[in-house]
Amino acid sequence: MSVVATIPPFETFYDAHADEVLRFLRRRVGRDRADDAFQETFLRALRAYGRLAHAEHLRAWVFTIAARVVIDTHRRSGEPTAELPELAHEDTRPAYEELGELTDSLPPKERAAVVLRYGYDLTYEQIAAALDSSPDAARQAASTGVRRLRRGTRT
Amino acid sequence: MTVPAGLDRRFREAAVRSGMLDAGYDVVDSPVGSLLVAATERGLLRISFDPAPDHHLELLARLAGPRVLRAPRLVDEVRRELDEYFEGHRHAFDLGLDLRGVTPFSARVLEELARVPFGETATYAELAARAGNPKAARAVGTIMNRNPIPIVLPCHRIIGANGSLVGYGGGLERKEALLRLEGVLL
Repeated sequence: MSVVATIPPFETFYDAHADEVLRFLRRRVGRDRADDAFQETFLRALRAYGRLAHAEHLRAWVFTIAARVVIDTHRRSGEPTAELPELAHEDTRPAYEELGELTDSLPPKERAAVVLRYGYDLTYEQIAAALDSSPDAARQAASTGVRRLRRGTRT
Repeated sequence: MTVPAGLDRRFREAAVRSGMLDAGYDVVDSPVGSLLVAATERGLLRISFDPAPDHHLELLARLAGPRVLRAPRLVDEVRRELDEYFEGHRHAFDLGLDLRGVTPFSARVLEELARVPFGETATYAELAARAGNPKAARAVGTIMNRNPIPIVLPCHRIIGANGSLVGYGGGLERKEALLRLEGVLL
């Protein structure tokens, strides 16, 4: 029997992930900038939260948003931004494990879109929210990424 | 939770300012016990004598949407008016109400209920008549029992035809306390 989990109240979601997200952000941008990044992460999540189609992989979703905020933080301060969004290692999801390695060579946005779409089964709306872009752009990034992977595996 | 209190507060305030919350709530202290108070941008949505947020989050999300957050700032005005009421300085509330999820007849009854002034009482039958259905005293009793916004919508002022207090969703001792505060009971 498969049960589609309903989206939990935002308080429950925030309460479940706030600590871990803050620790992640402190590691990635340092204590000084972590507070702003924390607020930005959860405000972005809040903005997209009403449009979520289902409640699966919310942890991966919020970490993708946080990783995106890390990139923006570095970019604002003129630091190198080639960094990949660090996709969260979620529960028991071998599909992601494999995809993670398989997609190592992709540009960050395509990689995130491919992994979130095919590894986590997120909707393009959710991916768009996580990557701070539009559903169309997310769909585009995922399909470009897949094409690139196909080309890559053939050579 | 190990997020520092200051940072947590900052986020919650930013969430309120962003206007993106479907509903915000907080626990408010009062002489009749801690109250869970929830509001939306339309107005006051809920007051409950059961202050455990976990018992209300799902319902609030179902009524208003999933973006429900503890947000003290969003209920500041309600807290202030409740404080004034319990200190005896306020006889009428000046708060917008969000009555979503309430049936049309209930809404009519609650509207009439809101007109019963501080320090006065009415019977269930009288309230039913004022709402246009004199025979609905029993239904009015049920509506009082399920009043989503007690104290502000003063169901404690509704009593039996023989003057007995009958019942109260928050327990009779609270009904007595509120009527004492208003000078109806000694």
